[in-house]
Amino acid sequence: MLALCASQLTAILDMNLLAFSSRNYIKHDNAGQFFSSGHTNNWAVLVCTSRFWFNYRHVANTLSVYRSVKRLGIPDSHIVLMLADDMACNHRNPKPATVFSHKNMELNVYGDDVEVDYRGYEVTVENFLRVLTGRLPPSTPRSKRLLSDDRSNILIYLTGHGGNGFLKFQDSEEISNVELADAFEQMWQKRRYNELLFIIDTCQGASMYERFYSPNLMALASSQVGEDSLSHQPDLAIGVHLMDRYTFYLLEFLEDIHPASKTNMNDLFKVCPKSQCVSTPGHRTDLFLRDPGSVLITDFFGSVRKVEITMETINLTDPINSFR
Amino acid sequence: MGLLSDPNRRRALISLLTRLNTPICLVCYMAGVAWFMGLAFEPFTLRTYMSENAMGSTMVEERFPAGERALATGREFAAHKKKVGGMPVDWLVKTMQARGLEVFTQSFSRTLPFPDENKERYMVKGTNVYGILRAPRAPRTEALVLSAPCSPGDNNQAVGLLLGLAQYFRNQIYWAKDIIFLVNEHDLIGMQAWLEGYHHTNTTGMDWSPLQGRGGSIQAALSLELSSDVITSLDLVLEGLNGQLPNLDLANLFYAFCQKIGVLCTIQGKLQRNDWDSVSGYSHAVQTMMLMVMKQASGRPWGDHGLFLRYHIEAATIKGINSFRQYKTDATTIGRLLEGMYRKLNNLLERLHQSYFFYLMPSLSHFVSIGYYMPAFGLLTVILLLRETHIFTGRYLSIYSACIGNSPLLIKYVSSQQSSPGVLSVLTPLVISHLTGVALYTLPIRFQEMAVEHFPVSETEAVVLTAIAVYTAGLALPHNTHRFLSGEGTEQGWRVLKLVAVLYLAVLLGCTALINFSLGFILALTLVPVAAFVTPHIPKVLSAFILVILSPACTLLFSVFFFQELQEMPVSFQDGWLLYLSVISQGILDHFLYGSLVYPLIALLVYPCWLLFWNILFWK
Repeated sequence: MLALCASQLTAILDMNLLAFSSRNYIKHDNAGQFFSSGHTNNWAVLVCTSRFWFNYRHVANTLSVYRSVKRLGIPDSHIVLMLADDMACNHRNPKPATVFSHKNMELNVYGDDVEVDYRGYEVTVENFLRVLTGRLPPSTPRSKRLLSDDRSNILIYLTGHGGNGFLKFQDSEEISNVELADAFEQMWQKRRYNELLFIIDTCQGASMYERFYSPNLMALASSQVGEDSLSHQPDLAIGVHLMDRYTFYLLEFLEDIHPASKTNMNDLFKVCPKSQCVSTPGHRTDLFLRDPGSVLITDFFGSVRKVEITMETINLTDPINSFR
Repeated sequence: MGLLSDPNRRRALISLLTRLNTPICLVCYMAGVAWFMGLAFEPFTLRTYMSENAMGSTMVEERFPAGERALATGREFAAHKKKVGGMPVDWLVKTMQARGLEVFTQSFSRTLPFPDENKERYMVKGTNVYGILRAPRAPRTEALVLSAPCSPGDNNQAVGLLLGLAQYFRNQIYWAKDIIFLVNEHDLIGMQAWLEGYHHTNTTGMDWSPLQGRGGSIQAALSLELSSDVITSLDLVLEGLNGQLPNLDLANLFYAFCQKIGVLCTIQGKLQRNDWDSVSGYSHAVQTMMLMVMKQASGRPWGDHGLFLRYHIEAATIKGINSFRQYKTDATTIGRLLEGMYRKLNNLLERLHQSYFFYLMPSLSHFVSIGYYMPAFGLLTVILLLRETHIFTGRYLSIYSACIGNSPLLIKYVSSQQSSPGVLSVLTPLVISHLTGVALYTLPIRFQEMAVEHFPVSETEAVVLTAIAVYTAGLALPHNTHRFLSGEGTEQGWRVLKLVAVLYLAVLLGCTALINFSLGFILALTLVPVAAFVTPHIPKVLSAFILVILSPACTLLFSVFFFQELQEMPVSFQDGWLLYLSVISQGILDHFLYGSLVYPLIALLVYPCWLLFWNILFWK
């Protein structure tokens, strides 16, 4: 069955051959390597749960990951971006319509093509869980849905204020690690993901992945239980902290990744050691079936199409000809 | 059985309290005073810290450049002020409009109950000028106020700096709240008129024209007093009307910026010292704290900011002081400090509420919160309660001892005899004392014209001297109330009166301390010994003398001298007496102008209470 899918895909991809860069050129026809990762599409759910001007850095965190993920190939239609507050247009922003992630305003992560799917008060625990499990009312537009299938690799990034076993949403509610683990189990049972990478940048973030029990989950957190995740640097012109340390170094790490990188997850685990982060980042791979060393960064952060160029001509049968 | 429910143990406890009552009272009094003095000792205080999350640290970049230009504007203002002979309204309106603000004026007038030394006339008329800087992108729901009083011959640099800051702020786009720049005439009267007009209230009977422009609910306010081109330190004034204080976060913000910019900052005009473990260091801290206590107890607003606090607007006054120091700060630096503070206040999402509203500050970097200073007052009040139980059980025990060795018939006779001076006998001295209090409250103002006709004094002096006369006349009361008293001369009569009086004093002091701890504590220091030890049996002349010394009026006299000592400006007896008279007149004026509660409290409640004890002393 895999070989059948492979040939069908090759035929369709043949038509759009010229659109792809030659960097994705793989010399030998190896169906096994083609599907070594098991996924065919990538999704990203990026959530910032804090509002208020002094939580500028959480929005900047989320937008930095959004920027990297878009740059590496995941299109807006496959990204669900949830921002709890609007920093770019906040009255206190001295540089309106921008969100900077680096002091001296080197990097404007807001850009001019950001698409926010859930904004402001729409970012709630209920909406987040509905997005994950797919239980949305029929009137929900496609941009607000996570339309993943059993061949999707999903990146979930959460940032905000958290504690031991919970993450605070918008100053009024919390999501607990048990709820999150159950949501992922629902996703697994509904076959809504192939593999899932969960990254969380909050205080005591490691407590959020303690309760996971579904297969094919890999998790990273910016600090252990009992530790606080710290912010990176303030910008005096804007008057707030711009980013959190973990995401700052994560962004730095991701800026070096390009769609053809072969960097794997073990390098991601080394991002932001204690000397830079002050807190101890943690990760969890026991539920993941593959070896992390064989998982590429682009398996989750990018949407890499593996292209095999074929030199042979395939004669399409008549019904397809008339269709064309 | 428990300690209190077992009758035997209860009796033992009560007899213990009765026997050891005096020593326990003395110990409590010393403990209360020692606790209060210990508050200034640095290990017992906490360092100040920013509690409000939204204000965070001082990470803003201050870029105010135009200090010199601000001073030039101040000089222009001074020239126009001299030319007009008051507030140069037209020039101010024109200048503010040139800076892009929405300018409005408000005229007000007030008939004073009697002309004080400053004003020297009955009617005060003036105009306030204010300009609103609208936030460029925000809805007009919240505002911040920067004000500078227009005093004749003074404070010109503050107005200049205010206008300079207005121009600078106008060019920034990050304001989320409207900023109101207010120049008020006649200091507190003008400020009261403006606040009443802004909030549509009329609590003090002033006449003002309604405000044409408004800016939303005010979150914080700062008042500037700057009288020289260069200053050496900035002083923060926190005490407001009725001893109300702004949220500690405002002081924390000021202190944080002082440290960041490197300006010398003081509170009560005293610099901070690091040697808390030495005697001089400790006495310095005690002096600073006592100054704050004195200022808070007086109940008058010590800066224009004092009137904002009543409307739940956190406000403080910043005074520039030019003393002989080497390191001088120029206007640009002060402008930057204010810019930093306003940028941080701009980030506020709600009113300041995270930090303490009740505190004492032995220095700008340390504070004592209400939880730490209240026990000092509690220890003093405990003395009153102990005396209560003493008197109450004294009556009970005397009846009980009378009952032990007598037949039931005799018991009834004895108890009926001893309980005959019931509540009604107490009522007479109570009513008469309070009537005297009412006289003290109303007569000075009412009869000032008559007094001026008959005596060669000014109105102010007439009022004050009438007050003192009524006060002294009250001392003659015991000799007259006895004619109305049925239970005069009996042992039980004065015990019942003392019971009621001590309870009354305890409730009064408790309520006062809750609102204005300093006033409550100072009154407690002097009145609790009076209440505890006055009986008709102690030597009359000596105790009468002590009672007069500990009366509210003499407490005020000593406080005036003590206050001058603390400020390192000791006065001679003559000057002190004149100062005392002016303090009384100022207190009465504050009550009628701004609603200060100290004068009615003393006249209507504390003085009658003290008269009750005076009555007890002269019971026989």
